[in-house]
Amino acid sequence: MSLLSISALDIRHGLLRAVREVTFQVGQGETVALIGANGAGKTTLLRAIAGAHRASRGQIHLDGLDVTSMPAYQRVTMGIALVPEGRRLFAAMTVEENLQLARASGRQGDWTVDRVMDTFPMLKARRKARCGTLSGGEQQATAIGRALMTNPRVLLLDEVSLGLSPLAVDLVYKSVESLIASGATILLVEQDLKRSLKVANRVMCMLEGRIVIEGDAKTLTREQITDAYFGHHHKRSQAEKAS
Amino acid sequence: MSFLGAVIDGVLLGGYYAMIACGLSFMFGIMKIINLAHGSLAIVAAFMLWTIAERLGYNPFLALIVVLPAMGCLGWLLQRAVLERSARSGELVPILSTFGLAIVVENSLFEYFGADTRSLAPYVGSLSYDSFDIGAGLYVGELAVLTFAVAILLLGGLQLFLTYTPLGCAIRATAEDPDTVELVGVNSRFVNAVAAAIALVTVGLAGLFLGLRSSFDPYVGSMQLIFAFEAAVIGGTGSLWGTLGGGIVLGIAQTFAAHLHPQGFLLAGHGVFLLVLVGRLYFSGHYLRALLKLKLG
Repeated sequence: MSLLSISALDIRHGLLRAVREVTFQVGQGETVALIGANGAGKTTLLRAIAGAHRASRGQIHLDGLDVTSMPAYQRVTMGIALVPEGRRLFAAMTVEENLQLARASGRQGDWTVDRVMDTFPMLKARRKARCGTLSGGEQQATAIGRALMTNPRVLLLDEVSLGLSPLAVDLVYKSVESLIASGATILLVEQDLKRSLKVANRVMCMLEGRIVIEGDAKTLTREQITDAYFGHHHKRSQAEKAS
Repeated sequence: MSFLGAVIDGVLLGGYYAMIACGLSFMFGIMKIINLAHGSLAIVAAFMLWTIAERLGYNPFLALIVVLPAMGCLGWLLQRAVLERSARSGELVPILSTFGLAIVVENSLFEYFGADTRSLAPYVGSLSYDSFDIGAGLYVGELAVLTFAVAILLLGGLQLFLTYTPLGCAIRATAEDPDTVELVGVNSRFVNAVAAAIALVTVGLAGLFLGLRSSFDPYVGSMQLIFAFEAAVIGGTGSLWGTLGGGIVLGIAQTFAAHLHPQGFLLAGHGVFLLVLVGRLYFSGHYLRALLKLKLG
């Protein structure tokens, strides 16, 4: 049975149907990359899985349990953790306080502040620094560490490379790869196709709120994905229908 | 008049103002809610203590055992029923709703207790007029010293609580970003309700010292609100230690001015407040921008 199961999910922003009848599964230990253009609904989908945004239709199951109507903080207790877009750290608090705060979920597990420091060695020297004073890469590492401190079963990563220098992206991804190697279940949104294909087992591409292509990261070609990304796929099939 | 005596009196009076301002500063600085019902709620606590003392004959200090938890529950209710709903519609709406609440509270108190002026002083023996001889011909009121000591314990305790405990951390984080705090497993509604409960427990203590120190009637809450605001603003919002400093500045200014002229007491307090406020606006454009942002937002 899959660990995370999304069925016929609809999410609205007012009148806009940002996510339309999305259905997919994520298995235990799998890394799934969600790609798509800006406005395709990726962030909305991740936020809805984490509970920060309510779905208007459809279901979200974690390990067979329906979490669709649970508030976000309860989903964290169930084992869903989101690293939000833009990091969203508590700027006035120190790195350690940000990490300790995640203890509130009460989930048992082996993530401690020290283990986060070992996973992201760049944070060691900044442990007592206020998050507002950190560099982008350090902030991103803290944000991922904070999510890990809740001992999640599924980790949702939203554009972890956004606004980072190429060097910082490499460092963050090195840590993500070590997480993947340790058997973590990850659903990540990423603009960088090369990176997504490198770390993920499976790739899904969203266009205008729908998943238009889904497949093994090894067998899907770059061309198939870029077609789906820009909607060529879609237009072609519409043209065929019309003719 | 002795200079030293005025300073000591001013500092101790500052402790009282800090006590009155504590709950307001906590809500304003930490939860970003301006509670205009603050003064009236302190009067509610004072009336609760008075009722217990008058009807059941218990010492007001003993009555705190009942009144402080009751104020805590009131804070919880206030958050859930009024503040949470109004804060959702923008940061200025809680000002309106708490202003309305203050009117309702004042008039309900008037309806029930009437216009008579009450005091808690008769129920604590001679505490309210006894004094310590500190030598050199100086005397300080026992009640003033007690008030000052409790204010330091209260503000210091709260500051330590916010800095070092997980719940205190959660309160600060929730104030900064209530959406994100949910994503790390914190129930923000619960945390805010706890914070409001803590704030109103301090308001309960303020009500006790207000009642012991002077007399009160249902409508004196707004005057207390002004002093509390002045202490909080002079001290700088968001810092509880600053509130103690602000209270002391206010207290010293009032005491000195009162020695110069009987009318100087209130005038000097407001004067210092305006001076600090205008000074801040003048020396840093930041405050002006923040003020404009608040108005526009």
